[in-house]
Amino acid sequence: MAEPKTKYDRQLRIWGEQGQTALEKASICLLNCGPTGSETLKNLVLGGVGSITVIDGSKVELGDLGNNFMVDESCVGQSKAKCVCTFLQELNDAVKAKFIEEYPEALVDSNPSFFSQFTLVVATQLAEDSMVKLDKICREANVLLIFARSYGLTGFVRNSVKEHAVIESKPDHFLDDLRLNNPWPELKRFAESIDLKVADPVAHKHTPYVVILVKMAEEWAKAHGGALPSTRDEKKEFKELLKAGMVAIDEDNYREAIEASFKVFAPRGISSDLLQIIHDSCSEVDSNSSDFWVMVAALKEFIVNEGGGEAPLEGSIPDMTSSTELYVNLQKIYLAKAEADFLVIQQRVKSILKRIGRDPDSISKTMIKSFCKNARKLKVCRYRLIEDEFSNPAVPEVQKYLTDEEYSVAMGFYILLRAVDRFSANYNSFPGQFEGEMDEDISRLKTAVVGLLNDLGCNGSTVTEDLINEMCRFGASELHAVAAFIGGIASQEVIKLITKQFVPMVGTFIFNGIDQKSQLLAL
Amino acid sequence: MAESTVQQSRSRDLDKLLLKPGNLVAPTFEPGVQLRDDLQEYARILVIGAGGLGCELLKDLALSGFKNLEVIDMDRIEVTNLNRQFLFRLEDVGKPKAEVAAKRVMERVSGVNIVPHFCRIEDKEIDFYKDFIIIVLGLDSIEARSYINAVAHAFQIQGWYVMIASHTWNKALNVVPQKYDSDDNPIEETVKPMVDGGTEGFKGHARVIIPGSTPCFECTIWLFPPQVKFPLCTLAETPRTAAHCIEYAHLIKWDEVHSGKTFDPDDPEHMKWVYTELSFKVCLFNMCSSHVPQAVKRAELFGIQGVTYSLTQGVVKNIIPAIASTNAIISAACTLETLKLASGCSKTLSNYLTYNGVEGLHIKVTEFVKDKDCLVCGPGVLLELDTSVTLQKFIDMLEEHPKLLLSKASVRHRATNLYMQAPPVLEEMTRSNLNLPLFELMGKVPKDIIHVTGTTSKDDKKTSCLRKLCLVFKGADAVTDLDMAVGA
Repeated sequence: MAEPKTKYDRQLRIWGEQGQTALEKASICLLNCGPTGSETLKNLVLGGVGSITVIDGSKVELGDLGNNFMVDESCVGQSKAKCVCTFLQELNDAVKAKFIEEYPEALVDSNPSFFSQFTLVVATQLAEDSMVKLDKICREANVLLIFARSYGLTGFVRNSVKEHAVIESKPDHFLDDLRLNNPWPELKRFAESIDLKVADPVAHKHTPYVVILVKMAEEWAKAHGGALPSTRDEKKEFKELLKAGMVAIDEDNYREAIEASFKVFAPRGISSDLLQIIHDSCSEVDSNSSDFWVMVAALKEFIVNEGGGEAPLEGSIPDMTSSTELYVNLQKIYLAKAEADFLVIQQRVKSILKRIGRDPDSISKTMIKSFCKNARKLKVCRYRLIEDEFSNPAVPEVQKYLTDEEYSVAMGFYILLRAVDRFSANYNSFPGQFEGEMDEDISRLKTAVVGLLNDLGCNGSTVTEDLINEMCRFGASELHAVAAFIGGIASQEVIKLITKQFVPMVGTFIFNGIDQKSQLLAL
Repeated sequence: MAESTVQQSRSRDLDKLLLKPGNLVAPTFEPGVQLRDDLQEYARILVIGAGGLGCELLKDLALSGFKNLEVIDMDRIEVTNLNRQFLFRLEDVGKPKAEVAAKRVMERVSGVNIVPHFCRIEDKEIDFYKDFIIIVLGLDSIEARSYINAVAHAFQIQGWYVMIASHTWNKALNVVPQKYDSDDNPIEETVKPMVDGGTEGFKGHARVIIPGSTPCFECTIWLFPPQVKFPLCTLAETPRTAAHCIEYAHLIKWDEVHSGKTFDPDDPEHMKWVYTELSFKVCLFNMCSSHVPQAVKRAELFGIQGVTYSLTQGVVKNIIPAIASTNAIISAACTLETLKLASGCSKTLSNYLTYNGVEGLHIKVTEFVKDKDCLVCGPGVLLELDTSVTLQKFIDMLEEHPKLLLSKASVRHRATNLYMQAPPVLEEMTRSNLNLPLFELMGKVPKDIIHVTGTTSKDDKKTSCLRKLCLVFKGADAVTDLDMAVGA
């Protein structure tokens, strides 16, 4: 109920105090404060990031008034960075806002160490060569980096971080962790203590489905040499048995049991995603390993040993038809098992830390607890260096996207967005940027596209004439609505990277403003 | 002349899109200065809602070539709006959202005129809505969307004409079904496209609704799942979660203790009472006292954890988490579609976009189809009537009709108000119609569409609604055919 936090109430419900604290500690650097950059920061200032530093060397022109909300008439002729910074500050006085009047390209060349002071850099409207340089600088300095660009009715957003590990991925839909296919002794014992054939109809219809399924599965296993239902017929038979257990038609608990019976049939053990993580080479830890990988190493040991092939129990159960008493008791049993699993993992974490020469208490209890609770939902995102993506293209993917109807326009824009930079490097302007040279620009852009396709290993592939013409019509314009869209996406990625919650996108997001069929390209 | 081309224009970036011909554009696209100027001068856009989406929409539209905007919102600014409704400051708390939002955008973007309306959407005459070429919705309520959807669809049928000066709008919209009068002159009917946005956390949607062409809001109402409601017996007898305890306090215990006093979710004292007095104590004590042995259950109930003030508010007010970035994304998509509908400068979204940023990033466009039995955009609920039925009798029938259950109905036929419940002036003017046969009031046509507005109750909640009815008068065909033949 802390009053100063009231204004953040609607977002605290999403990322909690911890996420908010991470945001408030973050320092964000913005390169170029046109509408794309200004809109990105606007969303972050509102959310309460710690500090922002706006870097732009240009002066406000009349044309900027038509696409950027963070400047007004009084700004014309003044430093754009200064004006945007002033208006952004008005949105939230808890944020420290600074500006530097300098061209980002110059800063990248002259003062690479400048960027290491920030948590994250948002680089907007940068040309390819500066992107490549900045990417290396930030990768070296371990600074999070997001590129964003608006260009006519298209644009892109691309994250760049060596590795981003997520514990709290908070997926929308994820199967609960009930272990109905592999109950531990305490749960079995609890189920045994309850009589499914209880005479009292009120008690009968308030027996939670977890108990019903554990007991029925146990019975089934006894009659089938320890195996659970696996064939279609067996599953059907199992459900019939459940139905036969009902004494009245209004028994919601039995209906829930039949609906949840697939949880009994599900294979035991961990998911292939988690398997991949525990077999990642990073799980062979040494003194340089991150806390995340140390915990993964402990998890790996747990799965093989105490876990018997399972991850630590999550410890929470969904709401289900039940008497209050049985439900609360069931909650306690799940919680106790989760706590026991946590203690084992914690012990293993400590001994691993000791083994690699670190303080055994250097990873907090809260952190390990959260790791255990979310063990089934861990995510690891990795991003190629931009230079690597450019010089060492993923040819099969490029070819697949170019020919796939769903992706070909997005892939076309990806190529065109790169081609316009080559064009601009050659001709000192973007295609269609100035009046009267459309036809010439179109054929020049076409040439650039062909060259790029060759470099991507896709000789003979094409980008449609229509798309090339449209790109020339766009003439490097930065439309406010497109910038607000791209900036919205970029700011949301910033939040995911900084709070270390939810899963940031992996790949290059290509905005398609023509029919809104935007795509994420994994290149 | 030379100066104007040399001097940089405010619409430097937008001009690229509006002045040059393109390949992937609407067939009606007529690029040029005229188009840009017409957009500024004649295109009136209505934004419904000045909240998270509304603030963004007003800014985006003002910077997308539109200069005549209006905005409706019935709410006042609250502290919890400030993390995303960027046009508001702490000192604005308590002021009407529509007014502050309009003022802030006009201060920043010169030349833009925004008329605020601090009222409910139902407070406006239906005619109010016909002055806009496009209605953009930034709402968080299904009922409000339904209402505007029905209003927009009513225009198409009732044949109100385009009121704006520029003839090009109809061409640019390319959605005007051409009808012809008896002399074979085309009648241009108003088609009122809507662009609708919605968000929740990291997820959102943007859609385009063109009456007559795309499905309407009602056709796909199933996209909005009903709100979760707990059975009262669970709350009273077998509470298991913190939310159950809160709802018990809110829905059952409040009335028992405060007989006659309505619970006000916006009154912090009421909220605190639910939280402190009840979520713990009453949950523990009263609930079980009315049933089985207290001591045992009380201890068990003590095991229900997780009741916090924040959760209490969330459950009672059904708070939907909201953040700036998602609102920005969805509003930008809606604005871009509005610009494309009004100018034809590109293709349009067909017809429903979903955004999900929870796990990676997923954008999906789905082309939904019309529900041919839709109550709003379909042929209308068919009612067969005797020619002798009076308007009063007809209004009574609507209340009984199982598909409608419409009370306090106002009735409108084409552009004529047959009976209006409010305002009093109109009620008085139309009251005399009540005793006349509906058949005569409708000009003795054997079959026609009429629109009725009124209230309907759904899940114990009264909501305003507008319904399209197709009336057929028994045995009237022969007579009127003859009449018409004579007339011709």
